[in-house]
Amino acid sequence: MTSLRKENYGKINREKVLGFNWDNKEYFGYEGDSLASALLANDVRIVGRSFKYHRPRGVMSCGVEESGALVTVGSGSRRDPNVRATTQELYSGLNASGQNAFPNVNFDFGGVNNYLSRFFAAGFYYKTFMGLPPFEWGKGTGIWMVFEKIIRKAAGMGKASREPDPDSYEHANDFCDVLVIGSGPAGIAAAQEIANNKLDVILIEQDSLLGGNSLSQKDFDPYLLNTQLKSSGIRVMPRTTVFGIYDNTVVGALERVTDHMPTPHSNLPRQRFWTIRAKHIIVASGALERHIAFNNNDLPGAMTVNASKHYLNRYGVLTGNNIVISTNNDSVYQTAKELHEAGSKVTILDSRENVNHDLSKDIDLHLNTLPFSINGRKKIDGIDVCKTTDLSNKNTIICDQVLMSGGWSPIVNLVSHRGIKPTWNQENLCFIPGEIKENISVVGSAKGIWDEKNCIESGFVGANEAMNTFGMHKKEISFPSVGGWSNPIEPLFEVKSNKFPSKSFVDFQHDVTAEDVRLAHREGFISVEHLKRYTTLGMANDQGKMGNIIGLSLMAEQLDKTIPQVGTTVFRPPYTPVPIGALTGRNVGKHFRPLRVTPMHQWNIDHGAKMIEVGLYQRPWYYPKKNETLSDSYIRETTIVRKTVGICDVTSLGKIAIQGPDATELVNRIYTNPFAKLPIGKARYGIMLRDDGIVMDDGTSWRLGENEYFMTTSTAAAAKVMSWLEELLQTRWTDLKVNVTSVSEQWAGAAIAGPKSRDVLNECVFDPSEITNDNLPFMGVLQTKLKDGTPCRVVRISFSGELAYEMYIESDYAHGMMDLLWESAQKYDGCLYGLEALGALRVEKGHVTAAELDGRVTIDDAGLGKMASTKKSYIGSAMRKRGVLSADDRDMLVGFFPINEKETFNAGTIVCEKNNIKGQGVGRITSVTHSPELGHWIGIGFVKGGLEKWKDITLIGADPVRNKQMEIKVVSPHMIDPEGKRMYA
Amino acid sequence: MIRIKCPYCGERDHSEFTYGGDASIKYPSLDAPASEWTKAIFFRENIRGMQKETWHHTNGCRLWLEVERSTITHEIKSVKACHPQIEKITKNKS
Repeated sequence: MTSLRKENYGKINREKVLGFNWDNKEYFGYEGDSLASALLANDVRIVGRSFKYHRPRGVMSCGVEESGALVTVGSGSRRDPNVRATTQELYSGLNASGQNAFPNVNFDFGGVNNYLSRFFAAGFYYKTFMGLPPFEWGKGTGIWMVFEKIIRKAAGMGKASREPDPDSYEHANDFCDVLVIGSGPAGIAAAQEIANNKLDVILIEQDSLLGGNSLSQKDFDPYLLNTQLKSSGIRVMPRTTVFGIYDNTVVGALERVTDHMPTPHSNLPRQRFWTIRAKHIIVASGALERHIAFNNNDLPGAMTVNASKHYLNRYGVLTGNNIVISTNNDSVYQTAKELHEAGSKVTILDSRENVNHDLSKDIDLHLNTLPFSINGRKKIDGIDVCKTTDLSNKNTIICDQVLMSGGWSPIVNLVSHRGIKPTWNQENLCFIPGEIKENISVVGSAKGIWDEKNCIESGFVGANEAMNTFGMHKKEISFPSVGGWSNPIEPLFEVKSNKFPSKSFVDFQHDVTAEDVRLAHREGFISVEHLKRYTTLGMANDQGKMGNIIGLSLMAEQLDKTIPQVGTTVFRPPYTPVPIGALTGRNVGKHFRPLRVTPMHQWNIDHGAKMIEVGLYQRPWYYPKKNETLSDSYIRETTIVRKTVGICDVTSLGKIAIQGPDATELVNRIYTNPFAKLPIGKARYGIMLRDDGIVMDDGTSWRLGENEYFMTTSTAAAAKVMSWLEELLQTRWTDLKVNVTSVSEQWAGAAIAGPKSRDVLNECVFDPSEITNDNLPFMGVLQTKLKDGTPCRVVRISFSGELAYEMYIESDYAHGMMDLLWESAQKYDGCLYGLEALGALRVEKGHVTAAELDGRVTIDDAGLGKMASTKKSYIGSAMRKRGVLSADDRDMLVGFFPINEKETFNAGTIVCEKNNIKGQGVGRITSVTHSPELGHWIGIGFVKGGLEKWKDITLIGADPVRNKQMEIKVVSPHMIDPEGKRMYA
Repeated sequence: MIRIKCPYCGERDHSEFTYGGDASIKYPSLDAPASEWTKAIFFRENIRGMQKETWHHTNGCRLWLEVERSTITHEIKSVKACHPQIEKITKNKS
């Protein structure tokens, strides 16, 4: 289409033309293009504006290290910011735009920042914290409050969509013998060798095509390679990035499933988040080419050398007609030849004095020459160059592109995740991975091996190491040596500019210049970790892939140290960004956490229940009639329970079957009150303490037989108590012959409470004569049958303070039980009641729940001290009176009434003395309700010293959150029927 | 990710397990004085290196396991069931 495309070059499909949209203009590319290659082919040079100074930026690389071509792809809810155009595959209808610019990247008002850049040097933002000099100097941040908003707006990248993400994401898991990361020559050699030895191999490649850097070779065929690998049984995962290596050779990987497709497929997730457990990992992650810091090294048209070769041979795009290559190493010479063959005028500036080469005479080679400054504003007009010996004497070379190669950095990021410190190789001016003690091998250029033949050889050595993990033959071979250039590389990190402020960029993405690094040094931020944070070097989403080493070398120079002495920052996962959506996977909306429903869930809903979440459980909250509000409803339900009868789903309580000859011994050791002599057919309310003497949970245990108990726990502590019992039996009391089994899901339970509860039960059971006061007294247990013959368990137990029972039945029969109970209850004008009424009833009685037993409360604090046996030892008995736990002024359980009966209060209210309303006061209200029986609001909670100390004293209930205060008095927590006459009726 | 070789279930992700605590603690008898309990509960070593700890296979076989793990590298040296009789049975299995 345009002359920038070269016939006979590239691995693109010229049969398939793809239309796409860039900044509201239509363009065309080919199947196989990246967005960057398509933009370059269309001669779109300015594709972004820089972070701070809004300088125009173009495509600077061909991969994940891209720092210039960060664009926004998609629109509406699918708007995805900061996408690297170099890794975004082109598809038909792709809609992309430049970012951090107004009105667009070509003409951006923010560009004025470039001229004010001397004010925006490193640390500018932090300095605004110190206040406006001289008025606020050192004392305030008023000015920061102003600047913060402006800076955030001016500095930045793309804007994420504010709408919910319409795409779905998956979590996936896999296992393999050997995982190979990267499909360059070394990775391929390793994978094939291992697969030939019948091991299960997964090969992961972040690109859509296999080959790694081979893709920049003219004759390389990635499609053929793919077929070969698959036929040798290798599981190939393209478009997948290993973003982290974790303990036990487990990797996290992100697979981009539909990001390259025009319309997301409704049956496919956008991305998959993989956890892959390998037994050995081969890291063949390659190396990245560095740029060189010199003035204006960021103008659109500045690029790494290898990227240019890549664009030519993979995409058929010749990136310049008159190219200047600046280097300090041998890697550029092949590229220079190929660019020249493709039709460009090529000039090489090599900083070295002597270089053996076989270049044609048509390529100008300037030895001992440095790039000094690129000329141009929005595009490159030329470059000023100088001799290494004389920076002041400059020549200008006319050109339209400047390619840079300041050396290569092996990608040591992944092994760094394992805490392996990279070591500096002075000969090749790069960090290479240090010694690895895990089952991880690094091969190819990731190890600092440049030569392709040696890379392949290293792949075989890596494969050999992997097979050794499986106890297979180990050949006597060792890794080829690091390096491989015939002319040694010489340091060239920066060419110092005499301009101020310098525009020699070290980190393009965050606009960190060489001068910023020196400023950090002058201001004392000399540790690499401080340097990073002060200048934000290496903190953009490329995480310093290109600029870090240059920054380190500049700091080393300032400190008069070597790079290894300065050290390097630690790389942490992820290697490339991972969307939050992928981390979340399917755990969104209703699937955010598991849903637990009781076996009578549908029954409750069918009978008008409004549900509430309690932990993971859905429980009936209230059963409104017609237009009743929550308040109307629970007050009616509470009143009816106290007057006649109510039915409530209590299935969510934890239930544990305790069986074995030592069952009695176990329950006697874990509860504070005596259980040793509990007769068969009786239940007991019990309190469990933790080792440290604090209350863990309360519940009941029923003795069903000589060696069998049925324990109930609170809903909240069900799982904790189960694990606790298992821990005790498996780690401390291993001689006890007893087994515990969670049966929470196996039994459905309902409470039948109120003066008419016995009558209701009588109508439901097979033999009504069993349910008498004598046969089933308070705390009696009965294993019997329903009218229809279904076995059930009944216990006479009361949380409401009324005559009450709980009935349990096998979960599958829950609906039948509820039908029977409800049919009968209706005859007595009974009701169904929910959690709100349940709460009201128990607050009236002063019964505690998790709201009170919050892990700070002792059994005495809860007013249950008489349940602590003095005749036996049990868990927590030694510690429950220790030091502070026996102080006189501990918070003790009490009841609260408002002085003015018309006033209400909320849970969380702080109890204060009248003239001292501040801080944590003298207590807190933990649970509140309207009491229909008393006709006003009541609460329970804690107050220092308890009822004795505050009786008849007016206190203040302070509720600063709701801006409320009321006068309250302290009363006994047992507000209704304190003698318990009703329960025993 | 830490992978733990449960002697009953085989090698599993640590997300199936719940960390318990220091496995080297010998808990005093229930009637021991508070001073002994204080020592057992509150005075703990903060080990750099191999430590014995308990893990509960909560989302698996529910066994409590004694795991020797390096607090520096997460390397796991040994795993066995805490209960001596279960340990005997599972040892033969694996």
